[in-house]
Amino acid sequence: MISEQAIWQLLEEVKDPEVPVLSVVDLGIIRSVHTEGERIELVITPTYSGCPAMDTIRMDIRLKLLEKGFREVDIKQSLSPAWTTDWMTEGGRQKLEAYGIAAPLPRQQFCSSDLFHEEAVSCPRCKSYHTELISQFGSTACKSLYRCLDCHEPFDYFKCH
Amino acid sequence: MNLTPSFFSYLLHLADDTLILGQRNSEWTGHGPVLEQDIAITNISLDLFGQTRNIFQYAATLYNESGEDAQKEIEALLPQPWKSYGRELQEDDLAFLRDERQYRNTLLVELPRGDWAHTVLRQFFFSAFQHLQYHALTKSSDQQLAAIAEKALKEVTYHLRWSSEWVIRLGDGTEESHRRMTQALGTLWPFTGELLLPTAYELEAAQEGRGINPSGLRDAWTEKVDAIFSEAGLERPSTAWMQSGGKEGRHSEHLGFLLTELQYLQRTYPNLTW
Repeated sequence: MISEQAIWQLLEEVKDPEVPVLSVVDLGIIRSVHTEGERIELVITPTYSGCPAMDTIRMDIRLKLLEKGFREVDIKQSLSPAWTTDWMTEGGRQKLEAYGIAAPLPRQQFCSSDLFHEEAVSCPRCKSYHTELISQFGSTACKSLYRCLDCHEPFDYFKCH
Repeated sequence: MNLTPSFFSYLLHLADDTLILGQRNSEWTGHGPVLEQDIAITNISLDLFGQTRNIFQYAATLYNESGEDAQKEIEALLPQPWKSYGRELQEDDLAFLRDERQYRNTLLVELPRGDWAHTVLRQFFFSAFQHLQYHALTKSSDQQLAAIAEKALKEVTYHLRWSSEWVIRLGDGTEESHRRMTQALGTLWPFTGELLLPTAYELEAAQEGRGINPSGLRDAWTEKVDAIFSEAGLERPSTAWMQSGGKEGRHSEHLGFLLTELQYLQRTYPNLTW
């Protein structure tokens, strides 16, 4: 019999295939872990409806648990409440910044859907706020593309969601 | 939740709209006007496909969990080739194996992508509608559909913002961009009415509390269009005559070609998986 806490620790080793510094726990997509004898039940929530990483993540979780000898794993998906970047852990945010991706701003305070509105995002390299939005859509569904006007480097911003 | 022909049609209608629009937009992949916008429109397609999958998965589950009598009643809505597979219904069967007349998408989303003005204006008309539609669906008495809508709504908010900005940028841009936008408006406008015109299955789904009657969204949709058009220097056409039929399976000549490409793999290699 394994504790739920031990499962959470194992899940720290499962990384987002598109942002490999973040674990699935950092991302905030694991909604609950429940163990019953040898059986493990997980509830996960997708980041975006069409995120192609979700299928891989589900398989990676299964493989990680299998590797530790857990065969009876039931992964359920829950859509509501919908995932938000506010669920990302503080540790996750720091890892993102260190990796060169600007971490999401707190949704309630800073993120708006106003037209032609740009969030003040700090450059993950030189920390300048003198940055501009290039595109709301970036290399993956969860990121937008920015450019730093001081150090002139383009960078990804993990956008508010 | 019980399976009824009207609710199953309603789910197909929602999923077909996002599937076909996603497929149309994906034609820009590798051909966008600039790299960043190529990525943007492709991301929007990806969101639309994700929403489609959630609904098709739900529709398939509903079907598989229903009794034989209820299943028989929706026989006509199911893909013919799947019937010989001898296995449960799956999302891909619904996406790739139905015949043209079984698709329940609006005519607007199947129209050719046209130039960039056509693409962004169509996206704007659709996103403005989808935003209202999904917002209302978050209150659906069907919990799974409400959850799918809640999830999708956040994505649609980005689509609406992006397409609104493009309509303004081109409408209020250069002489040439304004001319192209006006031309796109002339082509697309007669296809917008169908979004708001309810079919029998939508009315039934609305009556059951599971779906919504789109005619109730007309004022809010028109208001949104007017707000963006006033900034874009565009005028809402006064034409009252509107095209319709797609939601009931009567499609334009364009859908068949789109489906040929979309369905090629599953038609050529039936039941293929990888």
